[in-house]
Amino acid sequence: MTGGIDTLRLTAEEAKRLLDAKEISGAELFAAYRAAIDERDDELHAYLHVCDDPGGDGIPLAVKDVIGTKGIPTTAGSKILESYVPVYDATVIANAKRHGLRVLGKTNTDEFAMGSSTENSAFGPSRNPWDPSRVPGGSGGGSAAAVSGGLAPWALGSDTGGSIKQPAALCGHVGLRPTYGTVSRFGVVAFASSLDQVGPVAKTVRDCAYLYSIVSGRDENDSTTVDVPAVEVPQAEDLKGLRVGVPKEMNDVAGIEPGVRDAVRKAVDLAESLGASVEECSLPLSVDYGVACYYLVAPAEASSNLARYDGVRFGLREDGADFREMVMRTRDAGFGDEPKRRIMIGTYALSSGYYEAYYGTAQKVRTVIKREHETLFQRFDVLVSPTSPTVAFPIGAKIHDPVAMYMNDVLTIPSCMAGLPGLSIPCGLSEGLPVGLQLIGPQFGENTLFRAGHALERALGFDVVPERLR
Amino acid sequence: MARISRDEVLHVARLARLELSDDEVAKFQEQLSDILEAVSKVSQLDLADVPPTAHPLELANAWADDVPRPSLTLDEVFANAPDRDDDHFRTPPA
Repeated sequence: MTGGIDTLRLTAEEAKRLLDAKEISGAELFAAYRAAIDERDDELHAYLHVCDDPGGDGIPLAVKDVIGTKGIPTTAGSKILESYVPVYDATVIANAKRHGLRVLGKTNTDEFAMGSSTENSAFGPSRNPWDPSRVPGGSGGGSAAAVSGGLAPWALGSDTGGSIKQPAALCGHVGLRPTYGTVSRFGVVAFASSLDQVGPVAKTVRDCAYLYSIVSGRDENDSTTVDVPAVEVPQAEDLKGLRVGVPKEMNDVAGIEPGVRDAVRKAVDLAESLGASVEECSLPLSVDYGVACYYLVAPAEASSNLARYDGVRFGLREDGADFREMVMRTRDAGFGDEPKRRIMIGTYALSSGYYEAYYGTAQKVRTVIKREHETLFQRFDVLVSPTSPTVAFPIGAKIHDPVAMYMNDVLTIPSCMAGLPGLSIPCGLSEGLPVGLQLIGPQFGENTLFRAGHALERALGFDVVPERLR
Repeated sequence: MARISRDEVLHVARLARLELSDDEVAKFQEQLSDILEAVSKVSQLDLADVPPTAHPLELANAWADDVPRPSLTLDEVFANAPDRDDDHFRTPPA
């Protein structure tokens, strides 16, 4: 508790009510989060930069450090952008400010959002509020640790192959990866442009829906955005008429922990008791080939996007006798191991003689994955699975084995490749750590995900405050 | 699946404008080989007649109105530049 405001429990919805009723002031609310950050962020390392109160009476918002914020450092977790201060706001930030939201700080991320644990951040890992010896997931582990640890009411993340959903699962709160094209990428540090999406991270599904309604919509500065169906903040507490598919390959994936499988099974049974019809189904190729497909497509796009870091217009510059030497030394000094690996894999996959075998083939597999999902959505409204096959793992456990780290995202990647929205909600504990339930919808099916997520959240009654902080 | 050779690592690094130390070359040779082996799995599928997907949405002709709008000032454009010479970015000689 800080000045009567319990930042561990306060939802954005309740904060808004308190502000509207003038029971608390905007300054008091902002100060309460700053105090919580002072108290706990030395341990959690959720933030790379904390802001002073810009004034106003809006709800504070934590922002993943890949999202450009005018006048506030934006590093993408990389040494190459350590001194970068944007001169304009990303569209999502402009939208947030127009709704009065106040940027509380910039949250830690794997470098260029490449990773599943935040251990690839050039500025050190964040820690899981449930157990600080464990990772908070990634790449949006900073936003996840901030929301779960009471250091922000909600946050904006970005998701390329699971970077919102997987940390939400590992830290026990709610995260939405929206349908590709619903949220502007303008002003967001690019990783893989056909996959990157910004989305909300929050304590409740209703908060997620509210934040999504603020940041989504067509943007003339991002020609891949589209008009978005009106967002419905969910009310109903039943699931009558909802057709739920349970892809067996996802719910029995290699390496799944028994406690994760059990918690998800119970949530599926609960969905049935709330009135949903539940039926097993199959996504055989998507699960089997998704990770391989992703780790060709995403690095290929990354190798192209990260070509802009050349020491000329912004970011780090190292000395060199000539232009080429300057560029090569800048990139060697500025990028950490994971971006280097992905740049090289992508460059290899796109290089002469290998293009068809790697990148061209991966693009066709992407079609296969998209079609498998489309077929299932003729019969189902929502697909459910675990978000992550495991609970949060110890810091250091996988960092030296890139392929093992990549498998963390085996369940979040397939729907990302298909451009589909996915919501992760906490559904129980395994060995004292949160388990995430992933709900996948058809393109533009966010309202269905909100409805299903909200009803399940109410019925599950999961306490999002980490046990050791209660 | 053949392992990637030391020369291939150097070739790719050169294409990607990365100057790697000898230690990095050895480490990445091993790690990139492991990754390529894992992702080569995509070649197992029969993909005859399957078209490629480059983008999840089927968008066409997303035009913006062609009207002038205010843009950043030159000082804003150069605000993050490592080196500036009047209205130019200054770099070492090519």
